Amino acid sequence: MSTLDFSTKIGSKRFSNPIFTASGCASSGQELSQFFPLTDLGAIVTKSIMTKARTGRMTPRMAETPSGMLNSIGLQGPGIDAFLENDIPWLVEQKAKVIVSIAGESVDEYGVLSRRLRAVSGISAVEVNISCPNVENRGQVFACHPDTSVAVIESVRRNIGGELPIIAKLSPDVTDIVEIAHAVINAGVDGLALINTLLGMVIDTTTMRPKLAGKTGGLSGPAIRPVAVRAIYQVHQAFPNIPIVGMGGVSNGRDALELVLAGASAISVGTASFGNPMAAINIKNQLSELLIQRGFNDFRDAIGFAHRGVQ
Amino acid sequence: MIPHKINRSATQIMAEVISNKKFGPYHHMVFAVGEMAANIKPGNFVAISVGGEQSSLILRRAFAIYRAIDKGPMGGSIELVIAPHGQGSTWLCSRAVGDFVDLIGPLGTSFGIPTTNANTMLVGGGYGSAPLFALAELLKNRGCRVDMVLGASTANKIFAPLEGKRTVSSLTLTTDDGSAGIHGQISEAIPRLIRELGTEVIYSCGPMGMLAAIAKIAKDFDIAHQCSVEESMACGIGVCMTCVVPIRNGDGVKMVRTCIDGPVMDGSEIIWDRKEVLDAMNI
Repeated sequence: MSTLDFSTKIGSKRFSNPIFTASGCASSGQELSQFFPLTDLGAIVTKSIMTKARTGRMTPRMAETPSGMLNSIGLQGPGIDAFLENDIPWLVEQKAKVIVSIAGESVDEYGVLSRRLRAVSGISAVEVNISCPNVENRGQVFACHPDTSVAVIESVRRNIGGELPIIAKLSPDVTDIVEIAHAVINAGVDGLALINTLLGMVIDTTTMRPKLAGKTGGLSGPAIRPVAVRAIYQVHQAFPNIPIVGMGGVSNGRDALELVLAGASAISVGTASFGNPMAAINIKNQLSELLIQRGFNDFRDAIGFAHRGVQ
Repeated sequence: MIPHKINRSATQIMAEVISNKKFGPYHHMVFAVGEMAANIKPGNFVAISVGGEQSSLILRRAFAIYRAIDKGPMGGSIELVIAPHGQGSTWLCSRAVGDFVDLIGPLGTSFGIPTTNANTMLVGGGYGSAPLFALAELLKNRGCRVDMVLGASTANKIFAPLEGKRTVSSLTLTTDDGSAGIHGQISEAIPRLIRELGTEVIYSCGPMGMLAAIAKIAKDFDIAHQCSVEESMACGIGVCMTCVVPIRNGDGVKMVRTCIDGPVMDGSEIIWDRKEVLDAMNI
């Protein structure tokens, strides 16, 4: 049995393995810690935090779809003060690697959040969620336009200081994701998170009304995996040196390998954790086995492997 | 609200189906769960994977525990009462004895027990009565008077097993169509019964509309009301944030997870009226 160097890097930060949680699918880690030590994962990506506590949307917030689900939570959360007071110290105590995800309603809010994070120790990177589909106005999805994406990233960069890697989380609901990626890379991000959920809708044919209180919701789960593979493949092809945290319907080691071959440097596990709290751990073990079976002794050699020799 | 570690008693196991019997429109299923059974309290639930490995049903299904037996002939076991409504529950009901299912439990809060010998009333709608029988036994053993009121749309949808009936001091049935017991909605019968029986604490489990009606009655009579709520869940372990109910939080509203802060909650804390929630959210 050969050994595998399973570590990966995002910007200046090294992670012991490439399996992370996905933002919004693991809260701040406490719930999953009953099932496995959080240090077993490369990183915990926390649920996107905003400046103020937020109630979120009315129920129903969820609709199961074939091999997927719609969610319409509306960024419910405790706000940055309570988050920094309770969640971060707890995660640090667990010795977990932490990537903090932030979300704002305005460019300024991202700046304020970044300033709050700059002095906090125990954070390995910041994920800038500019692509949550569950906002009142579709025009508020910053990641739908290069100029608004850049405005947010520049605000984060100005305020965060130091060497904390910045990861921009992009939406697949755009005409050309490479164009958006190009814009945020030029604005100085260290990595990209691909992909957020796709905007979807379910109508209950018994009540003959939209199933979700928020009408539309974000589609996740295995149903969107081919979209994730495509987005990661396109962006990695255009920018082979920018690390990508890949996500979108990864449920087992094979799925994770598929995203790695497309160009992902790390894999976030989201909806799969809803079906199985041990999903991320199982995926990590299966991915390691699959890489060894294919003769890799360094995980990083597999990143973007599908591009090699392809015209 | 949660003084202890989240999901602190929960374990994930492969549980063998040791019995699966039809009970009217429901299935009564028994699963071997080993040591898990010792940690189960009335009101807790389990979350089960459905559909098998290659299923397009990716989310767990939550089921209230009907009974848990710590040390039976098959070791620890739990019993569930399941209505095969959707694809997931239909799949589960079609499992044969000897099959294994991926099960997480116990999850959620349990019913609080009065510190003194109170007169209690247990109200169950449809198969929502299932978790009330273990509660009835516990209350009776603690010296409480236990009156049970079970209602459903029609007679055969009332879940009232024979052994369960023996635990209670009185049993009243109601049906919407008058096919058994009192004709009418269960909530219509409750006020008179509270007066007659001198009820001091109400426990309820069933559809949200029924729980809302009982919450109002409990408020009018100024008596304690614990209800086991039902919101659709994606995970059952607190990470998805979909199963929330609105509770009062100062002048505003706070959404709490029914898998962590529930399913058993204080009925007076919940804001049952949707319009009131929306108004409070806009403050």
